[in-house]
Amino acid sequence: MRSMHPRTTRSTRLQSIARIGIAGVAALTLAACSSSGAPAGSDAPDGEAAPAAIDAVNVIAPADPGGGWDATARAIGQVLTDSDLVGSAPVTNIGGAGGTVGLASLATETNPNTLMITGSVMIGAVETNASDNRVEDTTPIAALTEEPLVIVVPADSEFETLQDLVDAIVAEGKGVAVTGGSAGGIDHILAGLLLTEAGVAPEEVPNTLNYIANSGGGEALTMLLGGTVQAGISGVGEFSESVLSGDLRALAVSSAEPAELLPDAPTIQDEGIDVTLTNWRGVIAPGGISDEERQALIDLVTQLHEQEAWTELLATNGWTDAFMAGDEFDSFVTDEITLTQETLRTIGLIE
Amino acid sequence: MDTWSLLLDGFATALQPIYLLYALLGVLLGTAVGVLPGIGPAMTVALLLPITYALEPTAAFIVFAGIYYGGMYGGSTTSILLNTPGESASIVTALEGNKMARAGRGAAALATAAIGSFVAGTIATVLLTLLAPTVARFAVSLGPSDYFALMVIAFLTVGALLGDSAWRGMVSLSIGLFIGLIGVDTLTGQTRFTLGIPQLGDGIDVVLVAVGLFALGEALYVGSRLRGGELPIIPITRGWRTWMRRSDWARSWKPWLRGAAIGFPIGSIPAGGADVATFLSYASERSLAKPEYRKQFGKGAIEGVAGPEAANNAAAAGVLVPLLTLGIPTSATAAIILSAFQTYGIAPGPRLFETQPVLVWALIASLFIGNAMLLVLNLPLVGMWVKLLQIPRPYLYAGILVFAGLGAYAANFTTFDIGVLLVLGVLGFFMRRLGFPVAPLVVGAILGPMAEEQLRKAMQISQGDPAYLVHSPFSWIAYGLMVVIIALSLWLKRRRARYEASLPAVDTVAISALDEDIESHEPHPELDRGRLSTTALPRVRRDGEDDDPDDPAPSR
Repeated sequence: MRSMHPRTTRSTRLQSIARIGIAGVAALTLAACSSSGAPAGSDAPDGEAAPAAIDAVNVIAPADPGGGWDATARAIGQVLTDSDLVGSAPVTNIGGAGGTVGLASLATETNPNTLMITGSVMIGAVETNASDNRVEDTTPIAALTEEPLVIVVPADSEFETLQDLVDAIVAEGKGVAVTGGSAGGIDHILAGLLLTEAGVAPEEVPNTLNYIANSGGGEALTMLLGGTVQAGISGVGEFSESVLSGDLRALAVSSAEPAELLPDAPTIQDEGIDVTLTNWRGVIAPGGISDEERQALIDLVTQLHEQEAWTELLATNGWTDAFMAGDEFDSFVTDEITLTQETLRTIGLIE
Repeated sequence: MDTWSLLLDGFATALQPIYLLYALLGVLLGTAVGVLPGIGPAMTVALLLPITYALEPTAAFIVFAGIYYGGMYGGSTTSILLNTPGESASIVTALEGNKMARAGRGAAALATAAIGSFVAGTIATVLLTLLAPTVARFAVSLGPSDYFALMVIAFLTVGALLGDSAWRGMVSLSIGLFIGLIGVDTLTGQTRFTLGIPQLGDGIDVVLVAVGLFALGEALYVGSRLRGGELPIIPITRGWRTWMRRSDWARSWKPWLRGAAIGFPIGSIPAGGADVATFLSYASERSLAKPEYRKQFGKGAIEGVAGPEAANNAAAAGVLVPLLTLGIPTSATAAIILSAFQTYGIAPGPRLFETQPVLVWALIASLFIGNAMLLVLNLPLVGMWVKLLQIPRPYLYAGILVFAGLGAYAANFTTFDIGVLLVLGVLGFFMRRLGFPVAPLVVGAILGPMAEEQLRKAMQISQGDPAYLVHSPFSWIAYGLMVVIIALSLWLKRRRARYEASLPAVDTVAISALDEDIESHEPHPELDRGRLSTTALPRVRRDGEDDDPDDPAPSR
């Protein structure tokens, strides 16, 4: 297997050259070459690695290059080809509108061997954008990773515990501003859940929670460091460095177990509030594929998860393993959608 | 002292031959991809990101630094020559730069952009080296109300772009503000004017707006006039000595320095960004220009290229301040660099300088090296680039259309964007046809959404108290400055009017003599007054003999 590496490295390099090429004139042909050339070269890897029912799989990142979904898609493509699970696994970006643009494109996808990255953010975006294409219309395959959220306050904040913060929000209402990611996103949902759990009536939540949404990364961190807002919620990765440097204080993380990046921060459960919520990512396939096709994809992703290279990638990227496939993932997605809809209704973002 | 020794260590790392090669590779790739319209530095870095996976972190970041600065350089080239800005920060460059190119001054525009970028980039990198932590702490202390004040000042630029008819300018601005509304509203997550089309969810990319209105609209307009007769071929200057005349140097160096002074701090402010810096630079150059040069604005004033180009490169270095010291990405490019850091298991944040000193200082050193390399690479290329303009117009515009379409497609890899581009192109055509200026529209589309978001955030934090907008020292200073600028310009106008009234003869003579001087150096200033002539005008042969030995007969 090791001996295969030089070859596959070269093929990823070729792909990247092709990507640059897409931008340039001449390389339109190059790109065509690389995509049409792939199936031809894919007769090699059947057999030894696994009974590969799938020669090539398209991986779609429903986001622009550079973000978490894009990184996940590229990691999948890389491990799949490096371990010869498939002959080729090109990654395409179809970014925009919280992944709903990608979802719309998946709805018309005819190739059953297509894996699109999904996650809690997309489930929220479908609701807030009132998207015609829904996650229910696709075929859920597996959950892969998750990231806990963390609730932070500026270092000089008066709030010592999560309970202090929640009590203050309940007492002062909109006087306490909380910031985080996009409106209706997972950060916003966690804020809503904390309030309902603290006994705020659902119809009162929109008048109590002053949530300042941000579209770009870093804006929430800026507001917290500048003391413009009183608290913030985001993925652990986004705030951990500032917590470790002492600029921010972590009140709690949202996972069931303490987070690797912030081992000293208690969980929300530890703080006596019954909420667990993580930002998970997984893969879905086009709707309407046959049971065999679905099973083949589930097997493929299961094998992907067993690769050592995958475990290493999780570690370098700081992702937590949250593997869950097949029917279990199906019902998980259904539950997530219901929870998301309820919470969004509570915080007044959808009707 | 400590900083210097660390920086020297950084140079020691970055100056190793293998890293120099990586830097060269980076600037070459960055320039090559950045030259394509519609593909700005963010896209360039994102597309080339996978290449660096094979490299060790230091080498990868040196390549990055090269790509980043290279992309910034490349973007201005197409802006100037083809009127197709590659990113929002070079939109302003297209305003004056393309007019200069069409008046045969393309080489001067490219040269002042390249040298200005180098000067400002170097100054800003020095500031980054010395002041990063201090500047970053100040920058994050600003809040939405301060950003809003900054946006209000930036909106003053519109005044400079309105053109002859204020109401036409305002109509154009309003269309721009409307285009800015399209998409998902950040603060509530609700969609606005998307007509149920998911691709409109993220709004319309400002680069599409600029390329559609500038390049496509103009190509259509020229196309509609072509049958009237041959268009004159744009003259170009030959020999590098003629690129920048003494007067060009004299008119460029102050804008370069002011551009650096405006760009660096604005770039380091989380809600600033390079585009706001270029607007502010353009507006200040226009108001600070000598009266005889100010008349040239809108027709190809070199200050209008030198200032904004310097500002956007200085802002590019400014963006690294919050990124390296606090882990805050303030632009799309920075966000991608941040994710590249994470791929290597490096967490940018307040501890980066402590945990990864070798990497950070090598990166900063390679910014200096990359900057110098770009100047060396790009100046000789100026002569080659301007030859593009000698392509007869029908072919030139056909090429522009192809590149604009390709750029629009490559930005998101969706054909939908090409449709949007065409619609905007038709809008641009009719606006030109009916005499509406397009620049205010682009400014509205860029600044509108920013100003709206900051105003609403400020209102949300203060729960609707307008006094919050002026609660901080920064906002007092900003609004105070604005009042002073407006008052000063009104006073200057009146004073000049009075002065000119009292000394009519002397003044006109002086100005017209200066005008004569400018005109005598510029072969075709009258060909382009916003409207293209349909017939082949006799060329001004006054200085033509030495500057253009080949007869530019239409048959070529």
